[in-house]
Formats: sequence, C-alpha cells, structure tokens
Amino acid sequence: MIAHRMTALLSWTYLLILFGFILLPVAVLVLFSFQDGTLPIPPFNGFTFRWYAEVFADDKLMAALRNSLTVAICSSLIACLLGFFAAYGLSRYRLPGSALQRILLMAPMTVSYLIIALGLLVVFNWIGIRLSLWTVGVGHVIINLPLCFAIIYASMGDHQKNTERAARDLGANGFQVMFLITAPMLLPSILAAFFLSLTFSWDEFIISFLLSRFDVTLPVEIWSLLRSGLNPKTNAIGSLVFLLSVALLIMLEMFVFRRRSKP
Amino acid sequence: MTADVSLQKLCKTFDKFRALKEISLEIDAGEFIVLLGPSGCGKSTLLSIIGGFLDATSGKVLVDGKDMTSVPPASRPTTTMFQDYALFPHMTLRDNVGFGLRMRGMGRKDRALKADQFLDMVGMMSSAARKPHELSGGQRQRVALARALAVGPDILLLDEPLGALDMKLRREMQDELKAIQREVGTTFIHVTHDQEEAMAIADRIVVMNGGVIEDCGPPSDIYMRPRSLFSANFMGEVNFIPASVTGEEGQLIVVDTEFGAFSLSTSCFTAGTPSPGQALTLCLRPEQLRPTADKRTSNLLCRAEVVDGVFFGTHFRCHLQPLNASSDTFVAHMSQSSTVSPGDSVDILFDTADIIALPSQKQEQTHAH
Ligand SMILES: Nc1ncnc2c1ncn2[C@@H]1O[C@H](COP(=O)(O)OP(=O)(O)OP(=O)(O)O)[C@@H](O)[C@H]1O
Ligand SMILES: [Mg+2]
Repeated sequence: MIAHRMTALLSWTYLLILFGFILLPVAVLVLFSFQDGTLPIPPFNGFTFRWYAEVFADDKLMAALRNSLTVAICSSLIACLLGFFAAYGLSRYRLPGSALQRILLMAPMTVSYLIIALGLLVVFNWIGIRLSLWTVGVGHVIINLPLCFAIIYASMGDHQKNTERAARDLGANGFQVMFLITAPMLLPSILAAFFLSLTFSWDEFIISFLLSRFDVTLPVEIWSLLRSGLNPKTNAIGSLVFLLSVALLIMLEMFVFRRRSKP
Repeated sequence: MTADVSLQKLCKTFDKFRALKEISLEIDAGEFIVLLGPSGCGKSTLLSIIGGFLDATSGKVLVDGKDMTSVPPASRPTTTMFQDYALFPHMTLRDNVGFGLRMRGMGRKDRALKADQFLDMVGMMSSAARKPHELSGGQRQRVALARALAVGPDILLLDEPLGALDMKLRREMQDELKAIQREVGTTFIHVTHDQEEAMAIADRIVVMNGGVIEDCGPPSDIYMRPRSLFSANFMGEVNFIPASVTGEEGQLIVVDTEFGAFSLSTSCFTAGTPSPGQALTLCLRPEQLRPTADKRTSNLLCRAEVVDGVFFGTHFRCHLQPLNASSDTFVAHMSQSSTVSPGDSVDILFDTADIIALPSQKQEQTHAH
C-alpha cells in the first residue's frame, strides 16, 4: 500500500518536473513581458502593459507580423494544394516509377532547413531572382509539401474509391470528382496538414532569414531586436507569437481531431 | 427510360486468369435480370464491363444497338448501385440524390424538387436534410437506389445491393426493389449469390460459374428444368442418381440406374438428346420424392429407411437411406402431417416427368477454346 503510494507520488513529481522543464521558460517569458522596468530579469518589479503597447506601436514589428501571416497562409495553402494533387495522382492512377516519385516527394523532410535554404539561395542567385517574401514562401512550400503529402496520402484509402466511381458514374468529370467528392471527404486530413504547415511556417527562422532581404518575417525581426540586447519588448512579442501558436493548436484540435472522432 | 442490352462474346483476362469466357447474352428492355453465381465467378467483372469501369479483353457491349466500347461510364446510359452504397458522406441525402442532376447542369431548385420526388419514391422523404452517417443500412440502400435512378438511366446495374442487410430486411427490400422496377420500367441487371433472392425478383436468372453462363431462363425453369448440373445444384437441394442411356422405346428414352430402368420422355433431357451409352445424372428435388402414391402416376424408386427427420414448418425434411443399394442418402420433403420416425421403412415414389436427366461430366471441350 505504502509502496503503491510512493510510486504514485514519484510519478506525479516526475510529471510536474517534466512539465515544469518544458513550460517554465515559456512561463518566465510571458511573466517578464509584463515587467515594469527595462530589464526582463528577476526580480519582478510590477505589472504593466507598456511593452505590449510598444510592440503594437512599432511599425516594423507589425509589418513583420503581417508578412509572417501572409507567407504562412499562402505557402500552407499552396503546399496543401500541391500535396493533395500529388497524393491524388499517386493513389488513383498507375504512374511510372510511383515508388520513386513518392520518395522524391518526401525527400525534403530528411534534409535540414539550412541546406534547403542554402540550395535555394544559390539557385535564386543563379537564375537572377531577387530575394523577397516570395522566395521565403517558396522555401516554406518546399519544407511543408512533404508533410502535407504524407498526411493526405495516408488518409486516401480504397474506401473513397467506390465513392469516386459513383460520382464519375453519375456524370462528374475528373476535376469535379476531385473537388466535390475527394477533397471534402478528406477534409479532416487536409485541415490537419494546413494547420501544421501554418505553425511550421509561422515560427520558421533559418529559411526566412537567408531568403529575405528588405521585407522580413516576424522571427527574423525578433532576431534583429535581440541583437540590440534583452528588453521586455522582445518578451512581449515572443508571448504574442506563442499565443498565436497556441491558437493554431486549439484550432487544429477543434476542427481536425474533433471531427475525426465522428464516424 | 429503358433500353435493351446485348453482350457479344465478352472475354476478360486478368494477367493470365480468364475471369470471363465468351459471355453472350441478350437482355430485353425493361427486364429484371439477375446474375447469379458463387463468389469469384465473374459477376462483378461482367457488371463493371457493362458499366464501363473495366474494359473487356475482347467482345462488345451494345446498348440499344449502339456499341459502348469506347464510351466512358459518365456518358453511358447506365448507373451503378454499389454494394457499399458509396453515398457521399459530406452531402445531405437531397444533395446525394441530386448530384447526378447537378452534373447534368440542372439548377438548384429543380434538382431539389426532383431529388425529393425520388426520395419520396423510396420512402426517405422525411430525412432529406440528413447526412448518410445518420442512416441505417437499409435506409442507405434506399438512398443509393434513389440516387442511381434520379438521372433517369436506361439500365441500372446493382452489385449485391442487398448483401449487407439482414435476412428479414433483405426480403422486404426485394419486394420493394421489384415494385420500383415495375414503376420506372428501367432495365435492371442485379448481381447476387443468394438463389432465393434471385428467384424472388428476377424475370430471368443468368446462372454463372467460372466465367461462363451455365444456364439462363425464368426462375421456374432454372429451378425445375435446369440445363446443367451446376445450375441444378446451385438453385437448391437436389438428389443426384447416376444413370446411363440403354436404348429407345418409341418416343421414350430408357435409362438404367441401380434402382432399375426408367423410360423418360425427351423433355426430361434439358441439355439435349443424349447418345446411347452416355453417362447421365438424374436430378430430383427433395419435394419431388414422396413416401406414398398420390394422384399422379408414381413410380417406385426404392424402399428406404428413414435416417432422421426435422420439422421445417412447411414440411418434414428427411434423410432416407435406400435399402440394398450403395447409393448415398436421399433428401426428401414430406408433408407436415406425415408421421415418420427414424428407423421406419418407406417407399420412395416419384414421377418420371419430374426427372431432369443431364450429362454426367460437364463437357469441358465446349469451353476449352
Ligand atoms: N483486378 C483484378 N485482377 C486480377 N484478378 C481479378 C481482378 N478482379 C477480379 N479478379 C478475379 O476475377 C474473378 C472474378 O471476380 P469477380 O469480382 O467478378 O467475382 P464475383 O463473381 O463478383 O464474386 P463475389 O461474389 O465474391 O463478388 C475472381 O476470381 C477474381 O479473383
Ligand atoms: Mg462481386
């Protein structure tokens, strides 16, 4: 009995330490974004919204935030669309070298972001494309496409095949089958792919840093803020980034996993 | 909306496996045809070829006299009702039924109206705004039927549409299916491996086995006058008695069995007149064996001992072991009132007109090339 209590106690302690370890830095970050003082370090002097006000008044930060959102949403949409097309083609048609094509589609997953960014940098230079948010977007499509493809491809089974056949039998053409039947049936996994891409693109740094020039995304802007030293303002913007990531996670949970548990 | 179908020497080969071997069949407009056969005999393959989902290796499908070979499923005057119903899970029943009309460019209002008509026909009008996952199997089946019929096909192809339903519901749906077919007049080609279902709904049954048509005709013919041993056996319980042709006696043909010689009229030979000396198998249904003589002139087959008897409501089903014979036991259906108990000895009587005499081994040669 006592031994049982001991193990229960130990496992609870372990759990608390574990979560503490994971969440403490974030908690500290959020706490000191409200610091009434100029240094985000203990002791905590008091509570103020001053730094948030400064963040929202900072045009450069706000522009970066808008850029980040635009790049994340557009690149995720494109990655999802391309991933869906690839998955549809590979699972519904007999294509030459389909195994090889699958491997090639997934390959970017195994390459580090740094290598991808460097490769793109070289290629863009070579063909004379100037760095901009577009090039960042291209980079994000490349890193998210394998993920979108994998998620959507995995959910495409033979079950939908008969339903697609029925639609075709009733007069639907290839595109109508794809967009009126297959895509809605796979909506949960397409949404999952979309929201995951969104979170990855949202806080991606290396590619955004190497492939952008004048317009930058939020992580890059935060990085340049950090170079001028610690400041509760960086905590405030960090907290905002965190808040948005949490919001995305909750959306993923609500739209995707909730749906999936239904038949 | 209805059309006739003509299948001309259809062959289908998967890799090396010959799933269909020269299938030829004429189907009249408005007919209810049932393709009946055991699992793997090629029923679904044949249906897919008619629907345009599979290409035949050789041979032609004509609908209303027009060659369908290069016509895709969407442009054929056929629709298919799939075994798993294949309803669109994300659409309401009304949108499901209206989908085909939408693809034909019909406006939202008109197609909702027409979809409701068809939902009404299958008795699902009250659930028009619900989604497929809220329905029971039988209800989904009705919606699938309404969806397939809403586009006004000439030919409806049904691949084991009742397979997933329980027995009682299945019998109910059979009647309904038959009634709807009469109402719309569309040619129905229905696949099943349930012979009771086939007899209940078919105008004509096509018995298939191993990629060939074994037999084809109205249910009563298939049951009473089968043209192959396979067909006789598949349609219900049957007693086989080995026999051989020994001679002719005017219009009658004399066959010899271990129970003695019988003279059969030529109408007993549904697979054609036999040659002298040919090995035959005589078929008798359990209900054609009687323990007592009745009004019909009955011949004595043999005396037999009752092995067991089980009451089936409409009849007693008995196993009878012939005395002084090496033959297997016979199955006979005796009247409800008959009092038989194991160990009793009875006479087995029958009418020679009931006998169907078929060649013993199927002549493989006829299908070999
Ligand atoms: N795509 C395919 N590739 C290879 N063989 C196939 C293919 N489709 C069907 N077959 C074979 O062809 C034969 C006929 O198949 P089919 O599906 O028509 O049978 P069926 O009569 O509908 O059987 P069931 O009652 O089980 O549905 C089977 O032996 C099957 O193994
Ligand atoms: Mg089948």
